[in-house]
Amino acid sequence: MDIWFFLIQVLNGIQYGLLLFLVASGLTLIFGIMGIINLAHGSFYMLGAYLTFWLLQSVDSLLLAIVLALPISAAVGYLIEALLVRVLYRRDHLDQVLLTYGLILIFNEAQRMLWGGDVHGIKVPAALNWSIPLTESLSYPVYRIAISAVCAALAVGMYLVIQRTRFGMWIRAGASNRDMVAALGINVKLLFGAVFALGAVLAALSGAIAAPISSIGPGMGDTVLIICFVVVVIGGVGSIKGAFLGALLIGLADTFGKVLAPDFASFSVYAVMAVVLLLKPRGLFA
Amino acid sequence: MTRISRRGALQAGAAFAAAGLVPTRFAIGQTAKVRVGLMLPYSGTYAALGEAITSGLKMAVNARGGKLGGREVEYILLDDESNPGKGPENASKLIAGDKVDFLVGTVHSGVAMGMAKVAVDTGAMLIIPNAGVGAATGPMCAPNIFRTSFSNWQPAYPMGKVAWDRGMKNVVTISWKYGAGEEQLGGFEEGFTQQGGKIVKRIMLPFPNEEFQANLTEIASLKPDGVFAFFAGSGALKFVKDYAAAGLKSIPLMGTGFLTDGVLAAQGAAAEGVLTTLHYADALDTPENKKFRAEFKAFSGKEADVYAVQGYDGGQLLAIGMDAVKGDTAAGSRAALIAAMEAAEIKSPRGAFTLSKAHNPVQDIYLRQVKNGQEIVLGVAHKALADPAKGCKSA
Amino acid sequence: MSRLPRSLSILLSAAIILLAVYPLFGDALFPNKHAFLMQKLTGIMVMAVMAMSLDLLVGVAGLVSMGHAAFFGLGGYMLALLSPEYSAANLWVVLPAALTVVALASAVVGYLSIRTSGIYFIMVTLAFGQMGFYFFNDSKLAGGSDGAYIMVKPAVEILGVSVLNLGDKRTLYYVGLGALVGVYRLLRVLLASPFGRVVSAIGVNENRVRGLGFDPVAYKLLAFTIGGTVAGLAGFLAAIQYGFVNPATLSWHHSGEALVMVILGGMGTLFGPAIGAFVFELARMGFESVTEHWLLPMGMMIIGIVLLLPKGIGGLLLQLFSGRSKMEGGQ
Repeated sequence: MDIWFFLIQVLNGIQYGLLLFLVASGLTLIFGIMGIINLAHGSFYMLGAYLTFWLLQSVDSLLLAIVLALPISAAVGYLIEALLVRVLYRRDHLDQVLLTYGLILIFNEAQRMLWGGDVHGIKVPAALNWSIPLTESLSYPVYRIAISAVCAALAVGMYLVIQRTRFGMWIRAGASNRDMVAALGINVKLLFGAVFALGAVLAALSGAIAAPISSIGPGMGDTVLIICFVVVVIGGVGSIKGAFLGALLIGLADTFGKVLAPDFASFSVYAVMAVVLLLKPRGLFA
Repeated sequence: MTRISRRGALQAGAAFAAAGLVPTRFAIGQTAKVRVGLMLPYSGTYAALGEAITSGLKMAVNARGGKLGGREVEYILLDDESNPGKGPENASKLIAGDKVDFLVGTVHSGVAMGMAKVAVDTGAMLIIPNAGVGAATGPMCAPNIFRTSFSNWQPAYPMGKVAWDRGMKNVVTISWKYGAGEEQLGGFEEGFTQQGGKIVKRIMLPFPNEEFQANLTEIASLKPDGVFAFFAGSGALKFVKDYAAAGLKSIPLMGTGFLTDGVLAAQGAAAEGVLTTLHYADALDTPENKKFRAEFKAFSGKEADVYAVQGYDGGQLLAIGMDAVKGDTAAGSRAALIAAMEAAEIKSPRGAFTLSKAHNPVQDIYLRQVKNGQEIVLGVAHKALADPAKGCKSA
Repeated sequence: MSRLPRSLSILLSAAIILLAVYPLFGDALFPNKHAFLMQKLTGIMVMAVMAMSLDLLVGVAGLVSMGHAAFFGLGGYMLALLSPEYSAANLWVVLPAALTVVALASAVVGYLSIRTSGIYFIMVTLAFGQMGFYFFNDSKLAGGSDGAYIMVKPAVEILGVSVLNLGDKRTLYYVGLGALVGVYRLLRVLLASPFGRVVSAIGVNENRVRGLGFDPVAYKLLAFTIGGTVAGLAGFLAAIQYGFVNPATLSWHHSGEALVMVILGGMGTLFGPAIGAFVFELARMGFESVTEHWLLPMGMMIIGIVLLLPKGIGGLLLQLFSGRSKMEGGQ
């Protein structure tokens, strides 16, 4: 493997990792701050993709479709939290796992009833639909670079919001001690609803922006879900920093695994997680 | 105490009632309906295929007045959820529970393998309208198992010669690492190396992973004369788009029809120029195909595809067999039923075909190419190709 | 856990007796569907064994494992790998061999996983389960994703004379029933033993147990291994039934279903999850026969159980039958 090939693979791994981070960030936020394991997180990813597809049949611009899809996703997220998830705050993880597992079944069936079983694609917006030649035979799609930029910007943005704003402070406080925060007069119900909706939006956004380079079809949430959990657990639940690093690690492991040891590629992703947990049982940034 | 025993009885009764176990009517004489069990995916990734096959089969039976061998037909549909773990149990449910006369299914090869085992164990009549797993007409072949679709090897093999004839000497093959992937790549590689070609590398991705960037980079660095890929459904959609976006279009992309079927519109310009081989083509310019497509559109509201054809031909095969024995599905007529089905010449929208000794279609494989967003037929890549049926004792 | 209320014991025994005599009169009751029903019940009884083994982990020891199906699948695969292609394997050889391999795998996975706790434990067990799935799915060891056949069922012979014909549906039914009752009794005895009491205590409050001088890790590990091995037994029997194994049986979806059965039945009650297996499977059959959108009522049922019936059917039964004392049984 020459150096150029190696570097391009690193680029591939990072790009994949950044997208994974976007999906996983919502999950780690919800879990870290609210203590809720949400197995239906992958369904929000699917929701974002399908909403974008559906809206694109009425509007012309991908950007507009995405912008419209986000508030719808936020509303769905908030509703789910208010109606179902709220009950689970004082219950144990097993109940959360099962309730959200039941949600996956419902979402999958609802998707099929609303949009059918066919596989769909979305066009990459014309402005970004070109590639940069890297070698004589290989080019790199600009759209992928754009996505990576968006994900990276969001990563920085999230960090700033959580660490430097009042909203972020409430979130961190609520995670440490819910009752105290409520005693201080902050509406914890509203806060947690907002956080859950935010998590849903992040997942939906990643589904939406990834839609032009992936395929939209039944069950697309399930595949993303497991990888998401791997990322969150490696990084340490609740840590955005951890999710970022975990995502990059998995992105690179998956990419190089495919090329160097294809027989063990799937296996290796889980092996990485097992190894990390054995060395640091609470993830990299507990 | 009374409360408890009544509760116990109620619980048991409710449980059984919930399972819907109402004794069904007996098949008195031969005027009772023929029971056709359709075990197909009606949910999940392959739901569209399950529906297409079902519509095709029903249309074929409807064309004969809704009767098989003079008897009315009762369909029993079962969603196999493409779950191989439940395959044998579901097949058993239809065969032993619902006592179907014919079992039809399925799409996913893992599930079909389970069905084949149950068919071999029970002797039930099984018609496979899609799953291409070689074993079903190979080591697991049996007199009561028929297939109206293809074997994975079949559509891929002729592309080998096509590639060679187009001047390609080195080709990279790529697919998912699972049964169908291995068999399809194996077919192409056999055809290509037979002509003298060289397979530079066979890239296998974990199934159903759809992140292709790493492998596309690899392909670019290998600089082959051509790439042969097998992907289906969402994977096919993504692969072709990613292939084009990575600027690899200068290297011809080939595959079996599954690379473009059903996802061509969504693939857009990325699919331009892609060569595929398959035992059917939507654009096949024959009166039979045109008639079939028009009728199917009217019948189901959807455009016909290869799955609809396979289902349709399954219905035709059933009809031919049942007509020959005048609807007698009793054990005594079984040998005659099978013989009639074996000898059948099916007038399919894909062109007429017969069945090999291993009960797999002996059919023409067409060469197609995407031009201006449409799949056009360039010609016949291989006439009357039969799967070698390695391991089948009756072949 | 204390003894079951007398009336509940009688009810459960009655259910077992009903199951035992069913094959004798089932033909008369459901003439058309009898053979299928017997097969279905056999399958459910095997699932009940798996559910009980998971209950040992989840309900008793507090180890929520999302990778339990891997041991189930491994048991089946061991039979496939150890069976000769066209002749019968010797049950007395393959069964212990298969269980030994599964026990070893459970011990290794348990050893590595028990160092974590809470959500991390759930995820690590999920990861190992997935590794098991991909191991069989991606390798050519046993047919890959298409699965493998067991062409001839194992022979059960004593001194050359066939004692049990596992190919006979009725025989297999009774083997399944025997496994169900046998495993239940075994687990009961286990839980009543000093070892079992410590494990139950760990499930309630691990720190306190540590404070009493016990090493929770050793106890949890042993419980995990036992649970995994029993699941392997269930998988072994399931593989015998249809002569077919497939990687899908090791998937996290399957593990998730097993967890639903445990919760539905009532965590920690042991008999509850067995009932949970029956109710789950029959509910699924019921929904599937009513609508093609059966996933919807299935998902709603799961959610309903979590919200409304947290102690499961077993917990409910215990409460109903306990009469005076509310503290008896339950969690």
